[in-house]
Amino acid sequence: MSVLPLLDIGLALLVVAVAAWTIAARNLFASVLGYVAYGLLLALVWVRLHAPDIALTEAAVGGGVTGVLLVTAGKRLDALKATRSGAGPGLRERIVAGALSALVAGALAFVVASLPTPAPSLAPQAAAAAAGPGAGLGNPITAVLISYRAFDTMLEKIVLLLAVLGIWSVGADDAWGSAPAPLRRARPDGAMVLLARILAPIGALIGVHIFWVGADAPGGAFQGGALLAAMWMVAMMARLLEAPRIGSRALRLALISGPAVFLTVGLAGNILAGSFFAFPPGFAKPLILFIEAFMVLSVAVALPMMVAGPPDGESKP
Amino acid sequence: MNPSLLAGLVGAALVGLGLYGLIAHPHPLRKLLAFNLVGSGVFLVFGVVARRGAAAGYAFDPVPQAMVITGIVVAFAASALAVALILRLAVAGGDVSLDPQASGRRDDGEAE
Repeated sequence: MSVLPLLDIGLALLVVAVAAWTIAARNLFASVLGYVAYGLLLALVWVRLHAPDIALTEAAVGGGVTGVLLVTAGKRLDALKATRSGAGPGLRERIVAGALSALVAGALAFVVASLPTPAPSLAPQAAAAAAGPGAGLGNPITAVLISYRAFDTMLEKIVLLLAVLGIWSVGADDAWGSAPAPLRRARPDGAMVLLARILAPIGALIGVHIFWVGADAPGGAFQGGALLAAMWMVAMMARLLEAPRIGSRALRLALISGPAVFLTVGLAGNILAGSFFAFPPGFAKPLILFIEAFMVLSVAVALPMMVAGPPDGESKP
Repeated sequence: MNPSLLAGLVGAALVGLGLYGLIAHPHPLRKLLAFNLVGSGVFLVFGVVARRGAAAGYAFDPVPQAMVITGIVVAFAASALAVALILRLAVAGGDVSLDPQASGRRDDGEAE
């Protein structure tokens, strides 16, 4: 009898309690801090589900980048003095909403408890993709993302581009082409600058490492890219770096490089390997690393640009 | 209780909590946060499906896991777009109310 089941139950209660806190907290900032803690705790639950790749993604995106996004949004709302949000629903509506939410949660719990056995699985196909001709990828998740479901992954990168375009397009007309507002208006104090100077280079190194080992171990293009993005944002928050102008050609090339390279290789597969997104045998692994390198670049640039928000005419040079 | 059933129940509870927050909070950023709770609850339930589909020598089914990673990325992109729209709403309307009646009512109050 190990202590693990008790830890599992403790972790489960903690995750639900922190989630309840993010809903119940009185002010927005407390709620966002709760959400960051919640993302990190949820990553531990993912580890317990034998999903270290998702745990890395959840910790980097759910905890880190989303936290910065919401804190920045809250600060910008404060600066606009736009804090009035109207009255919430009355007590009666709250009780009905609570009852209905509990009903949905209960139904979902019932479904989870009565999932069919044996469970359906696509693991054999994923194993075939991982061991496919010339691929030899040790990490089945990377094999699924880049080979078995390559088209999904390519479209996901295009979703990132569309989101960046959507965010840029809500800026004022005359601000088009200028840089987004800085993540912090005020110059930060020494501690933040010191943290960024020490953390960012180490974090960037770890990001590149996570991308590099992703073919065989937990990690990959997205997790590595998200970590690089987080480090860039740390440097932006310390005002060591400023967000680039959205009209910058280098920025735009970096944004489209991931999907563009992926699509080009996919189309070349039509000619060289006989089908769309097929990799020529014996040459798959270097090709996959080549695609992933550009995807890391795109992700590392797209996430901070999404957090930085639309172009802001005030910071026009 | 095995860890995957436990995680599934946590997922169900997260969906319930998020749904309540989505309805009960008037502030759009709080709604967005609650919506992200619903999303991560759904991912967790799907993660349980992945864990139960262990086969071919893996402790999990890699296909749902890869889809959850894609899902987390897309959920973030949607959240970032929502934040941009909320901030634009605040710039244009001077507040962040989603109630179409609210701004009209307050205008009357300020005119008095």
